[in-house]
Amino acid sequence: MNKQGNLYTILYIAAIVCVVGAALAWVSLSLKPKQQENIEIDKMQQMLSSLHITSEKENAKELYAKYIVDSYIVNLNGEKQEGNAFDVDIAAEIKKEPAERLLPVFVCHVDQSTKYILPVYGAGLWGPIWGYISVNEDGNTVYGAYFSHQGETPGLGAEIATPHFSQQFNDKHLFVNGEFKSIAVEKKGQKPADGAEYVDAISGGTITSKGVQSMLKSCLECYSTFLTNLQTTK
Amino acid sequence: MALLNNKNKSVLFNPLSKNNPVIVQVLGICSALAVTAKLEPALVMGVSVTAVLAFANVIISLIRKTIPNSVRIIVQLVVVAALVIIVDQILKAYNYEVSKQLSVFIGLIITNCILMGRLEAFALGNKPWPSFLDGIGNGLGYTIILAIVATVREILGSGTLLGFKVIPQALYDAGYENNGLMILPPMALITVACIIWVHRSRNKDLQEKNN
Repeated sequence: MNKQGNLYTILYIAAIVCVVGAALAWVSLSLKPKQQENIEIDKMQQMLSSLHITSEKENAKELYAKYIVDSYIVNLNGEKQEGNAFDVDIAAEIKKEPAERLLPVFVCHVDQSTKYILPVYGAGLWGPIWGYISVNEDGNTVYGAYFSHQGETPGLGAEIATPHFSQQFNDKHLFVNGEFKSIAVEKKGQKPADGAEYVDAISGGTITSKGVQSMLKSCLECYSTFLTNLQTTK
Repeated sequence: MALLNNKNKSVLFNPLSKNNPVIVQVLGICSALAVTAKLEPALVMGVSVTAVLAFANVIISLIRKTIPNSVRIIVQLVVVAALVIIVDQILKAYNYEVSKQLSVFIGLIITNCILMGRLEAFALGNKPWPSFLDGIGNGLGYTIILAIVATVREILGSGTLLGFKVIPQALYDAGYENNGLMILPPMALITVACIIWVHRSRNKDLQEKNN
């Protein structure tokens, strides 16, 4: 057969594609469970970080089971919904109308008091940013925060993932005079006009900082009824 | 057949210095910038590139006589892309932390010029065993440079090496500060340039003649 002919070339490529496709499918299927476990452990570690608990890959599951005592899904009106909170894909929920979103809540028990972890998700400069905010049982005070990102600029926007940035959120209040205000991220020396509590932005990382601010506002606003309910039951 | 006769030896060892892919052929610079802020991802990247390059070389060399000339680049790309995806999947399963750090750069091994360069220049015209050695040699040559750059950048930029503190606390107390600029990509270029400078001044035969 002529090796430079069209028929040979087409058959050759078809055969290569089939072989490679089959090999990749097999690899992907056989490694899937292990990868899924890694992703789950990573998520647990991120949540634990928002409670100021550092965990290793090995003990993350154990610590998670110890501290996170309950998890459920609420809707915009603070009513509980069916479903597993851990499996909710925040990135997909954020695209829905607020009234239709599934809002996961993770209940934890740390130092004899109850905390609620709320996931947040938004956009930075180059790609998605996300985080977990833990709130005290008064439904108002932030206990801890954790942020991460996919590809913000190292040394600038990527600084949101450092404790230096996230620790600023400790003990801030989401409500001012009973009204939901979120937490603003402002350039050093500036104050938000609406009286919200604020933290310092990252110099050189303005767009990422603004991204954190709008992520907190848009995500936590959906929880405001849930948080208000916590405040009144207290 | 001797597995390591003189010709094979030079195929394996030349890329380490005299014919280094990064500092002599100046290939694969993009990833040298991206993954060298810390030593660990740089080493993983080096090992990944070496593995992909060696196996791609062997596979292409094995099928070199059957590849139709008009689609040979496509065949090379398919082989490399498949190997890269396999490496990516394995890292996600067994070293998730590093795979998160390297993120898109593993996928970008496909576009690493060293791969296409070696497949086109060597594997298409040589037997599998020398091709394998060529892949290992070039991969190691790439890894060595990445490791040197990453060591310099991690020590000066973060004061650590493989995550361990190496700059004593006393120095920080005396007013020493980590150089934030070392973390940024431009310093990788400057470090590579310094290595090229030193390398060329030690190897006179690499220098161009002034006319």
